[in-house]
Amino acid sequence: MGGYPPELKKLIKKVAETRPARVERKKRGEEFPTLSLREREERLKFHPDYKEESRRELRVGPNKGYAISPEAVDLLEAKSRVDPDQIDLSEIEYETDVLIIGGGGAGTAAALLAQEHGAKVIIATKLRHGDANTMMAEGGIQGATKGNKDSPYYHYLDVVGGGHFKNTPELVHTLVTEAPKVIAWLESFGMMFSKSETGTMMTLHGGGTSRKRMHYAADITGAEIMRTLRDEARNRIDDIRVLEFSAAVELILNEHGHCAGAVFYNMETEEFFNIKAKAVILATGGSGRLHIQGFMTTNHYGATGDGLVLGYRAGVKLCFLHTVQYHPTGAVFPEQAEGLLITEKFRGAGANVLNIDGEQFVNEREPRDVEAASLIRECAVVGKGISTPTGKVGLWLDSPMIDMLKGEGTVRKEFPGKHILFRRYEIDISKEPMLVYPTLHYQNGGLECNAQCETSIPGLFVAGEVTGGVHGENRLMGNSLLDVCVFGRIAGKHAAIFAKERAKEGRLTLEHVKKYHKQLEEAGIAPERVAPMLLPDYSNPEVRERQLTAHYVGTIR
Amino acid sequence: MGKRTRKDLPPKQEGKATEEVPKVPIFIMGKRYEVPASLTIQKAFEYAGYQLIRGCGCRGGICGACGTVYRFPDSHKIEVGLACQTVVQPNMYLTMIPFFPANRATYDLEKVKPDLDSLVKLYPDVMRCVQCNTCTKSCPMDIEVMDYMAAAMRGDLAKVAQLSFDCVMCGLCASRCPAEIAQYHIAILARRLCGKYIIPKSEHTQAMVERIEEGKYQSMLEELMEMDEDRLKELYNERETEPEGAGEDWTPKDTQYL
Repeated sequence: MGGYPPELKKLIKKVAETRPARVERKKRGEEFPTLSLREREERLKFHPDYKEESRRELRVGPNKGYAISPEAVDLLEAKSRVDPDQIDLSEIEYETDVLIIGGGGAGTAAALLAQEHGAKVIIATKLRHGDANTMMAEGGIQGATKGNKDSPYYHYLDVVGGGHFKNTPELVHTLVTEAPKVIAWLESFGMMFSKSETGTMMTLHGGGTSRKRMHYAADITGAEIMRTLRDEARNRIDDIRVLEFSAAVELILNEHGHCAGAVFYNMETEEFFNIKAKAVILATGGSGRLHIQGFMTTNHYGATGDGLVLGYRAGVKLCFLHTVQYHPTGAVFPEQAEGLLITEKFRGAGANVLNIDGEQFVNEREPRDVEAASLIRECAVVGKGISTPTGKVGLWLDSPMIDMLKGEGTVRKEFPGKHILFRRYEIDISKEPMLVYPTLHYQNGGLECNAQCETSIPGLFVAGEVTGGVHGENRLMGNSLLDVCVFGRIAGKHAAIFAKERAKEGRLTLEHVKKYHKQLEEAGIAPERVAPMLLPDYSNPEVRERQLTAHYVGTIR
Repeated sequence: MGKRTRKDLPPKQEGKATEEVPKVPIFIMGKRYEVPASLTIQKAFEYAGYQLIRGCGCRGGICGACGTVYRFPDSHKIEVGLACQTVVQPNMYLTMIPFFPANRATYDLEKVKPDLDSLVKLYPDVMRCVQCNTCTKSCPMDIEVMDYMAAAMRGDLAKVAQLSFDCVMCGLCASRCPAEIAQYHIAILARRLCGKYIIPKSEHTQAMVERIEEGKYQSMLEELMEMDEDRLKELYNERETEPEGAGEDWTPKDTQYL
């Protein structure tokens, strides 16, 4: 029952036929020509962001008039999950110095640094500690650690080039100068980077890099970072308390306009409760589960953009949310693996992207937006995509080349996660290519902050995918794991310092939520929708219709 | 909230199956449901009407949230898989085990030596392993758990680290261990000790950190931060790219920004 069906097997033969010549060219250093900046602009017209109906203007809030994806607008123009008058702010369930909302890479890095700066910390997260996109990032983490050929200067150029030169300079500066420190920091926690026998980090290219500076831990770099940081946080249990299955639904401010906690929802008992804090860090991650433009996604189950809603309602501005990142290569076959991330590291290691004739049509290492647009164009305009039995369309990613280029067994050794996964479907990716298509991957933009991770609200810090600016309009591979570590650490440190030195005790309030509701009303928006979404809705709609006594608030009962 | 109708729902319904796919009976915690044969166990739960809160994380086989145990009526064998990765089969009796209690030692990595003594001190249970191989058979990631436990008992931490590297910490090994060991906690301790003390440190990283702290790149970065877009574009276009096949000894022609 497994493996490729006969009609696809036939097409795979064409890929095998062109392979020896392609491998030879690669060995000679002959690459498929990369696009110039001008050609990139032309190509980007096929990117989903450039479709006319891809954006809609926000009608309320600090970014009124700003056009972003309709799915994000719907979320931001929704009501609170709670009636603010029903919340009794005199009832405080937990009190702490630093409250971190989100238990992924950024939240956990923040917890460690906040603790080191003397703070008592609570991490509250809506699923389990470590349930986050960080866990799923495969390819690697960038950092200019090799002084004989690289420096933060080149890393900076690559980052802004990938981001269409729109990135916030101070954030990029921080990202690239902190990168080697973060890599040393992870190493000090015993993270198992892939290294040579003498300890030299193995590094690869990613799309849009000028130097090989992608450090990795086989093909589960994010999981290795996440489990290591989480393990370290668990060692500091006296100071770092973790509340799982606790979803933030509103930020709490105080009479001085400082952020002073949040209202939470216990996902299991369905109760609401309050946490009071001297400083708050939003590290809630991205929003792939909004399925923008109906795209499949590589993202975690909980990636529903909650932090955007919380921050925006409280008055923090958004930036760069008008662009969305589609990863060029998500699996489209077999059906069970649909949307699954096929790491860019495959292309970094030399695998070509090919059309139905087994021919190259784009260099495999263009920046992500350009690469994704090229794949979409090849299918939709050129018409050389490959159809799957379930009616999807995809292109070949020629993983077997890697064994021919780097030696038998390389795919198995360097990509154990994907090798095992496809083996379950009776596909050996060291012998047969994978079928891929762009998939919703990353929220390029988000809440605005400075290089200390401060927002416009005193006491509210942000870190990781929920923020915007550092990646400009398009993030490069390996810069998100870096982002969560760099800015998670900074947010943790500065939140702890704020808690100690600047926090001001005052009457708690949800007045901002009431005000936001009023704005919605005045704009003539009377949404049934509530936000944050918390979880996507994948349960069977027919069953839901028969749940006659169930009361749904959004997707959650 | 009013009653939801079909058109309110997002177009992309992961749990919804296409009409043509034949249905198969499965038994979720003993209760029979008919689900499309192409679904994974996770999507079958959703098709049956569950809104998953426990037992669902990355949906991509790496987070360990959805460890699942199943068996068939005509077989003695207990089988395991991750619900998000395993396709349903007719007549499987299944349950997810989204959590299993397991005690974890707390430690200060700076003070733990990478040897058998520290492993045994933190996890005395290590020595209770009877090498029965139930753990290996219950690993959905096909990890040789028993073999790494053997390595742990010998104090060969590097071997433990290498063999356990793909562990997703789902806890199925611990759930079935007759010696009541939490193997995966021992494994991550070994990996961290190995990563910190056994694998050589990367000196080039340390050297770069020092250069940055000395402020070596500060002025050139400030120049980039101030630069107008056109000049940045020029520099970007002119930058030299390390060839794909270059070895560790490759150096760029222009070294003034290194």
